[in-house]
Amino acid sequence: MEAYFDNAATTKAASEVVDIMMKVLSEDYGNPSSKHTKGLDAEEYIDNSRKIIADTLKCDAKNIIFTSGGTEANNHALIGTALAYERTGKHIITTAFEHASVNEPLLFLEKKGYEISFVSVDNEGHVDADELKSMVRDDTILVSVMHVNNEVGALQDIKKLSEAVKSVNSRVIFHVDAIQGYGKYRIFPKKQGIDLMSASGHKINGPKGSGFLYKGDKLKTFPYLYGGGQEKGMRSGTENVPAIAGLGAAVKQMYDNLDDRRRLIIEVKQALIDGISEIEGAVFNINRSLDANVGAPHILSVSFEGVRGQVLLNALQDNKIYVSSGSACSSNHPQISGTLKAIGVSEKLLDSTIRFSMSFENTVRQAEYVVKVLKEQIPVLQKFKRY
Amino acid sequence: MYKAFLIKYSEIGIKGKNRYVFEDALVRNIVKALEGVDGVFDVSKEQGRIYIEAKSDYDYEETCEVLQKVFGIAAICPTELVEDKSWENVCKRVCEFVDGQYEDKNFTFKVFAKRSDKTYPFTSPEIGREAGAVLIDRFPEMSVDVHEPEVKITVEIRSCAYIYSKSIPGSGGMPVGCGGKAMLLLSGGIDSPVAGYMIAKRGVNMDAVYFHAPPYTSERAKKKVVDLARKISVYTGKIRLHVINFTEIQMAIYEKCPHDELTIIMRRYMMRIAEKLAIDSGCLSLITGESIGQVASQTMQSLAATNEVCTLPVFRPLIAFDKQDIISVSERIDTFETSILPYEDCCTTFVAKHPVTKPDVMVIRKSETKLEDVIGEMLERAYSSDEIIEVG
Repeated sequence: MEAYFDNAATTKAASEVVDIMMKVLSEDYGNPSSKHTKGLDAEEYIDNSRKIIADTLKCDAKNIIFTSGGTEANNHALIGTALAYERTGKHIITTAFEHASVNEPLLFLEKKGYEISFVSVDNEGHVDADELKSMVRDDTILVSVMHVNNEVGALQDIKKLSEAVKSVNSRVIFHVDAIQGYGKYRIFPKKQGIDLMSASGHKINGPKGSGFLYKGDKLKTFPYLYGGGQEKGMRSGTENVPAIAGLGAAVKQMYDNLDDRRRLIIEVKQALIDGISEIEGAVFNINRSLDANVGAPHILSVSFEGVRGQVLLNALQDNKIYVSSGSACSSNHPQISGTLKAIGVSEKLLDSTIRFSMSFENTVRQAEYVVKVLKEQIPVLQKFKRY
Repeated sequence: MYKAFLIKYSEIGIKGKNRYVFEDALVRNIVKALEGVDGVFDVSKEQGRIYIEAKSDYDYEETCEVLQKVFGIAAICPTELVEDKSWENVCKRVCEFVDGQYEDKNFTFKVFAKRSDKTYPFTSPEIGREAGAVLIDRFPEMSVDVHEPEVKITVEIRSCAYIYSKSIPGSGGMPVGCGGKAMLLLSGGIDSPVAGYMIAKRGVNMDAVYFHAPPYTSERAKKKVVDLARKISVYTGKIRLHVINFTEIQMAIYEKCPHDELTIIMRRYMMRIAEKLAIDSGCLSLITGESIGQVASQTMQSLAATNEVCTLPVFRPLIAFDKQDIISVSERIDTFETSILPYEDCCTTFVAKHPVTKPDVMVIRKSETKLEDVIGEMLERAYSSDEIIEVG
């Protein structure tokens, strides 16, 4: 049996996605900027995807800027905003456990003279609204918070955090990295106080190289790529029509089935939790709850005492089970996960953590198979201690 | 544009009656190296020289780069090829050659002449002298310096005439394929690829062996070793990489032997397996990247302990190299970046906190007896796990 439990890394493209992409690639391959009907046909796909996405967010189609994926959306949001508002202030706040595609652009901005503050997260991976509030200043221009943490599945109360920030300084722009949350949750930017929001296609059964940035009305950001002026000048470069069409199809199949799929995923998570709880030395890193309002249903982070994550990953892979290790780590180059440290995972478990991430295509049978393999492997691997 | 290259070789030149063996190997290796270059080339051997003639348009820089990686070449001289070797024409072409190559002619020079065509109307000294005179007539800025010329122009009269003045250093050594075959123990670190490269430079073909310990070592670690083998195969020629599953043996050592002796005992079994593979595939020696004192398993005592399990000679070309010197070579042969990718091999995964640095061979042998009951079968299984990957 094959069991792919690495859906937070990437997902298999849905068949609707593949079909529409094939059609665009082989038949409707025009450049949307071309004046002839072939160009117009291509443009239709883009308009259509934009509409599908806008509907899920209850926003206007013009609020959507297509990007090459989540990383570009995050970079555009952060760097584009910082540059546009540099005269207002140079202070930016983010959390202690952001993804590299938020952290790294902010470190770049720090080198360019911006000041970055990091709000801590508690052992449940939650940002404290009061602490965040206390950090907001007159010269704060931007706050960036991730909706669902990619490593442990911690979920933030976005509305509460945005309100807290804006109660101190209403001009602050609130950015949400929703790359792990979009397609799993209904997110309504206007209601939740989100000014900018990043999303990715390949996490929701869409194609790699697709994603978008939601940008609220009356908001300035500097474009990130300059050229032919596509996406109303906000993102130049010939539109990746097949990917955009695929993204639209992915979003549609995700949101049309959101509740059913969530139920399926939670069943699988339940089976994993039940089985893994019986294994000696297994420690769940938060998000054990099956309530999607408490933590993301599709992510489960587990540490196994005395077993290195990478070794367990290798052993599982030999049984056709695919997971992520919590941190890429080796004796020569320790790169311990910032997320796990931030939520206070104990030192000895940092290197012993793996992440299961589910999609609706996973089954309880697969989960049971995973548990069976874990029960065989863990005691063998625990015997072999590293110095 | 040069139409030809003259290949100079150093050590082969002093070989005796079997010199042709080395020359033929070099010609073969040059032909093989040039297969990857755009262009049609004719490689020929003529009276103690190898000539490469371009029969089509070709990429000059790429050709030189490729030739610089062929062992056995002392220097590569881009050469003007003159088919009509009448004296008038040779003089004309020498002038054209100098004019084309040197825009600023304010330099000292000397013309060297060689003549294998003994029917030619001039002797070598005459050719040199006369060609020099013609050049000064034509380009008065040039001046002759017979002792320390800035530019050495060579005119060779053979079946054709050849004119050259540049000499690009080759990598030296001996043509791969005439020094026998060896088995390289390739780990994925910085040292072993360099060791393979250095032995190949002495004309040696090689196979390689990598000890894979899944799940403790990852598929990426294995891919890294394959990549390294591919990188050095540019120099060594085709490599058959044996991937041996070593997990079971490693686990047995871990369970039964003292932990501070883990690495030594592990390496002894690696040597035993490597030697068997070597003998089975016609290799005459083993190659390792060890260097005295670099780590606990490479002290002189440790080397003695690992050395005693095999009878084939073990070549350790890096034995007296400092780490930095090894790194310099690995950067030059482009293996460094790959070697430092952070995937663990079994040596780093299973190292004890305080391994013995001065192992007593008698003690190690005694520890190994604890494996007596199981090791025979395990070795058989290891041999039969052999996965052969051909690169290069």
